[in-house]
Amino acid sequence: MSSIFGTAKGFGVTFKHIFKKPITQQYPEFKRPVYPRFRGRHRLHTHANGLEKCVGCSLCAAACPSDCIRVVAEENTAENRVSAGERYARIYEINLSRCIFCGYCELACPFDAITLGNEFELSEYSRDDLIYTKDMLLAEPIKQVPVQDADLYDTPIPAYKSDS
Amino acid sequence: MTWLVAAGANGEPWWIALIKAAIVINLVLFGFAYLTLVERKVMGRMQLRYGPNRAGPFGLLQPIADLVKLIRKESFLPAAAIDVLYISAPFLAAFTALTTFSVIPWGPGWTIAGYQVNGYVADLPIALLLIFAVGSVGIYGFIVGGWASDSKFALLGAMRTCAQLVSYEVSLALSVLGVVLMAGSLSLVDIVAAQEIDVWYVIPQIVGFVIFILAGTAETSRAPFDLPEAEQELVAGYHTEYGGMRFGLYSMSEYINLITLSGLAVTLFLGGWHGPLLPGPVWFLLKLAALLFFFIWMRTTLPRLRYDQLMRFGWKVLLPVATVNAVVTAVLVVWI
Repeated sequence: MSSIFGTAKGFGVTFKHIFKKPITQQYPEFKRPVYPRFRGRHRLHTHANGLEKCVGCSLCAAACPSDCIRVVAEENTAENRVSAGERYARIYEINLSRCIFCGYCELACPFDAITLGNEFELSEYSRDDLIYTKDMLLAEPIKQVPVQDADLYDTPIPAYKSDS
Repeated sequence: MTWLVAAGANGEPWWIALIKAAIVINLVLFGFAYLTLVERKVMGRMQLRYGPNRAGPFGLLQPIADLVKLIRKESFLPAAAIDVLYISAPFLAAFTALTTFSVIPWGPGWTIAGYQVNGYVADLPIALLLIFAVGSVGIYGFIVGGWASDSKFALLGAMRTCAQLVSYEVSLALSVLGVVLMAGSLSLVDIVAAQEIDVWYVIPQIVGFVIFILAGTAETSRAPFDLPEAEQELVAGYHTEYGGMRFGLYSMSEYINLITLSGLAVTLFLGGWHGPLLPGPVWFLLKLAALLFFFIWMRTTLPRLRYDQLMRFGWKVLLPVATVNAVVTAVLVVWI
């Protein structure tokens, strides 16, 4: 007999839930703010005077566990000064179809030139489009991703992220 | 022009019956399409989700999108499948599902422009037998389809379907026996008419009604009796190897069987199209919708039975209760 009452109670629970508000977040219209230290697509940074922070040392490529970064360095000259250091990255490519977003590259970088940003909508129709070149990494992201208020979390924001 | 107005077997010209048949078939198909949407919406709400809401306003075009997707898919068949049986089985299932709805009455009948229009497509003196007979033929669609696919999951699913449908069909047929005894007829039109004079048979036949709903849930293999297509064990059951619109036909036959079964429950136990104020077809649709909602509700609420529980419940609980119910009703009908 108790099993019948239990079953009836179950029916009551499911019926009550019809009138509750669904907890679904309607994704393309509503974007849930990402965690402040979220690791999304990479950014390359420049100094305030316009020179690139990257000096083409390839430490990021060495640290990368999935081997998706390609750096070809070249000497800075007096006529063509690109970075603040001795050399600069003539080619800087990240293959995002291989990247695992571990963040080792930003840990390895001695000049905080590369960081992982907040963008996560990286779908493309072709694998080729997922190879991000230096220009794309230097540019501001087209779509800004909402970020969660950092005060809600007790993890400190690293210095290289706070000023970027 | 006498052939145009000549009255057929039920007092209406044959071409009116033809038009009605076309309308009813299309309405049932429409009902099936939107039943899938309603089921997904209601289930979603009960699970704190929205359900489909992308195709059109409130997701109203979702069934159309599903249909277009299914039709455009490649019609493949497994290399070892038996072609003729594999291809024809879903058609058999869908055909038998559509046929049974023709005997269910949904209105009192009208006189339009001098022509008599009955509130049913066909009134057979053995309508109830026809539904069970055609339903039994429909089982072949599932068994043959599962066997001809040459796949272990499809074969196991077909075996389960076969065993379950055979077990529960007995209880289903016995549960309506009380109604037949009380109305004194197998014709659904007569049974509805008898309920207008008497009470709705759900009151004297409450036991029969409960058994009918439970056995009917098992007959249409819906949760909690959806063992034939238990996806955790059998991938999809007998239609594992089917894709595209052939799968769509199986899905269609299942949902239409559910609609027909609910229509039968309305006709046998809930007074058919009778009701105050509103016209007959509206009452029929309201009662049908309430029953369909109950089936969806049950699906979200109850977990699936284990196979031995299913068999024990069918043979050791439903069948004896249905038999006792039929015998007691017969005694009461004769002696009172």
